[in-house]
Amino acid sequence: MDLEILSRLQFAITIAFHYIYPPLSIGLGVIMVVMEGMYLKTKDKFYENMTKFWVKVFALTFAIGVATGIVMEFEFGTNWATYSRFVGDVFGSALAAEGIFAFFLESGFLAVLVFGWDKVGPKMHFFSTLMVALGSMFSAIWIVVANSWMQTPAGFHIVGEGINARAEITDFWAMVFNPSSVDRLLHTLSGCWLAGSFLVISIAAFYLIRNKHIRFAKSSIKIALVVALIASFFQLFTGHQSAVGVSKNQPAKLAAMEAVFNTQTNAPLYLFGWVNEKDQEVKFGIAIPSLLSYLIGFSTDTEVKGLNDFPEDERPPVNIVFQAYHIMVAIGFLLILISVVGVFYWWRGTLFSKKWLLWIFVFSVLLPQIANQVGWITAEVGRQPWIVYGIMKTSEGLSKAVQEGQVWLSLILFTIIYLALFVLFLYLLNEKIKHGPEDVDSIPSELGHPKA
Amino acid sequence: MEFTLDLNTVWFILIGTLLAGYAILDGFDLGIGALHLLVHTDDERRIMLNSIGPVWDGNEVWLVTGGGALFAAFPEVYATVFSGFYNAMILLLFMLIFRAVAIEFRSKRPMKWWRQTWDFAFSIASILIAFLMGVALGNIITGIPIGPDKEYTGTFLQLINPYSVLVGITTIALFMMHGSIYGVLKTEGELQNKLKGWVNNTIIFFVICYVTTTMTTLIYYPNMANHFKEFPALFIIALLNMLAIANIPREIYHGREFFAFLSSAASIALLLTLFAIGIFPNIVLSNPNPEYSLTIYNAASSEKTLTIMLIIAAIGFPFVLAYTISIYWIFRGKVKLTNMSY
Repeated sequence: MDLEILSRLQFAITIAFHYIYPPLSIGLGVIMVVMEGMYLKTKDKFYENMTKFWVKVFALTFAIGVATGIVMEFEFGTNWATYSRFVGDVFGSALAAEGIFAFFLESGFLAVLVFGWDKVGPKMHFFSTLMVALGSMFSAIWIVVANSWMQTPAGFHIVGEGINARAEITDFWAMVFNPSSVDRLLHTLSGCWLAGSFLVISIAAFYLIRNKHIRFAKSSIKIALVVALIASFFQLFTGHQSAVGVSKNQPAKLAAMEAVFNTQTNAPLYLFGWVNEKDQEVKFGIAIPSLLSYLIGFSTDTEVKGLNDFPEDERPPVNIVFQAYHIMVAIGFLLILISVVGVFYWWRGTLFSKKWLLWIFVFSVLLPQIANQVGWITAEVGRQPWIVYGIMKTSEGLSKAVQEGQVWLSLILFTIIYLALFVLFLYLLNEKIKHGPEDVDSIPSELGHPKA
Repeated sequence: MEFTLDLNTVWFILIGTLLAGYAILDGFDLGIGALHLLVHTDDERRIMLNSIGPVWDGNEVWLVTGGGALFAAFPEVYATVFSGFYNAMILLLFMLIFRAVAIEFRSKRPMKWWRQTWDFAFSIASILIAFLMGVALGNIITGIPIGPDKEYTGTFLQLINPYSVLVGITTIALFMMHGSIYGVLKTEGELQNKLKGWVNNTIIFFVICYVTTTMTTLIYYPNMANHFKEFPALFIIALLNMLAIANIPREIYHGREFFAFLSSAASIALLLTLFAIGIFPNIVLSNPNPEYSLTIYNAASSEKTLTIMLIIAAIGFPFVLAYTISIYWIFRGKVKLTNMSY
């Protein structure tokens, strides 16, 4: 394997692993705000305990998110030095803004959120929860802006030539609001809310099946189901917006997502299939005629540009992108279905006696996680062979001072350490679930809010 | 040479400020980590850990933001140093991961082997992080081989030389001293007495390292003193630094731990100032071809980006200071273990 593949693999592994955690933190953040808000409103200690339990889960996801996130901040420099030199002027400012606007806010108030229950009053504590939730979303804003700039670069010009060529900023706001950032940000955020709400739904459903912590579990499921229902429909909307954006700004990616080889109107939309890239055909596929053209332009006459219209060295891998994209879409619809069914039985008053649905809830936690990962793969592999779309190729962005052997070693070590970290995470999460929320009556009073 | 306070210089100072903020804040929690194995009972170790519990995470953000700011303001430095020091950087990242995980997970399970393993990981990682930071600073003073294309042309082993190792050990000593003073602030009773004893020992350890490093620098890298010869007034900083260090045992003796801590923080800031004046206007000295050095001009982003970043910093920094101060205020006083503690 050459340096490019190794470096890409390392980045993919480190980002994929990292990307398990921030979505959980962002999603849990919203839910904690709702729960603690209910505590402030009702003054019922029950909601405080409920919040406390989810704060502990949150702290666990946050810790691993931070530990693996530092790697991301430095990895552009270690493995993608040429890229860093080229884009630092533009891309670096988004990362720096993330640090100064999001990380300080998050980590500062996290201290109060986790350790400050008996140090500040309930209102101040609620404010801290709110700030942590906001901080985690600010962080998503800047990182998605930075990534979107790589997808649809704007607000810059190229200065110098050859190895001295650099992208320099010309318009900061055009860079921030580049053509894809808003759509992609909303799409990413709703993915995060889904990740958080289905974690809550899953753990709470497990308690119900085991007949434990009944009031806690029912209440948690209701709150999380509302978030999940809103987020899953919002996800459909933002997903559509993103796809329309991709069709305009990154036509090669759209062509790969739906395996369109020849430019055509009345382009079909596949439900599933297997792409044979050599023969340029989709096997075992079922497609709805003309739907792709209709969806991206609201007319079956909309022309979809095919991959054959792009030079051969500017086409992304097709089957990976196709599969990743279709898995994501399928899961998106499944999550809508699960949320709607859940809310329906809740309305009928029989939700908590439907054992089969509770079991589906238990395993539903995996769905947003898978969707987030394959969605990210669609976005990033679909951008290939470019690191900055249309401007710089991935193969041109590597570090020149780094040898293959060094990356082999770091790649192997990252893989081992992350696997161990993942096992540890599951173990500790399991311990927390087994321990469960504190019972209201069994908590010594001095651990509550002495200032309340 | 002429000194003008242009945008590039301002950013040199700001990145320096972020790194100084990092060294002062994460410095004490790395120091606590370095001393961690010297206390033996589980309760005492938990108190050590919880003395930094609510703040270590925020302290590390200074490093992350420093990295981001370096990327934005001086992308060539970010690219050259991080790719050139690849193995060392990866090791540093692993240590940061181990340390975070150790703090978070240590007290989650009661088993002795579990806690001892994480205690060990926490302490070793803290020591190695301090060491690697020192080694990096040392290499910036000695200079590293850089080619005309701004790429590092040396090897990993070249980075580990006697001088950089000396600076690495000095950094460990500095953080141990700083951490033990912080520990005195946050503890009481027997543990506090133990830590008070360590303050004296670590001060001696640090002063020995400090004097050795200073002498070695003046003998082998006299270029670090050039600006001080040009502007003798700068020597005041060196003097203040020595006074700040000498003041620490005095404040401890009078029982004013907080002032001892401030004194120690000031000495870290002043040491970094001396370092920054020494290397200015280079950020990374090229040795043996000084003409390839990365300076605040040839390694910087465009004026436009530096201006935008300055606006971002001006908006963000007051907030950062406000949160930092409030958090330290909320968590002031001695550590008490509760059911939310580590």
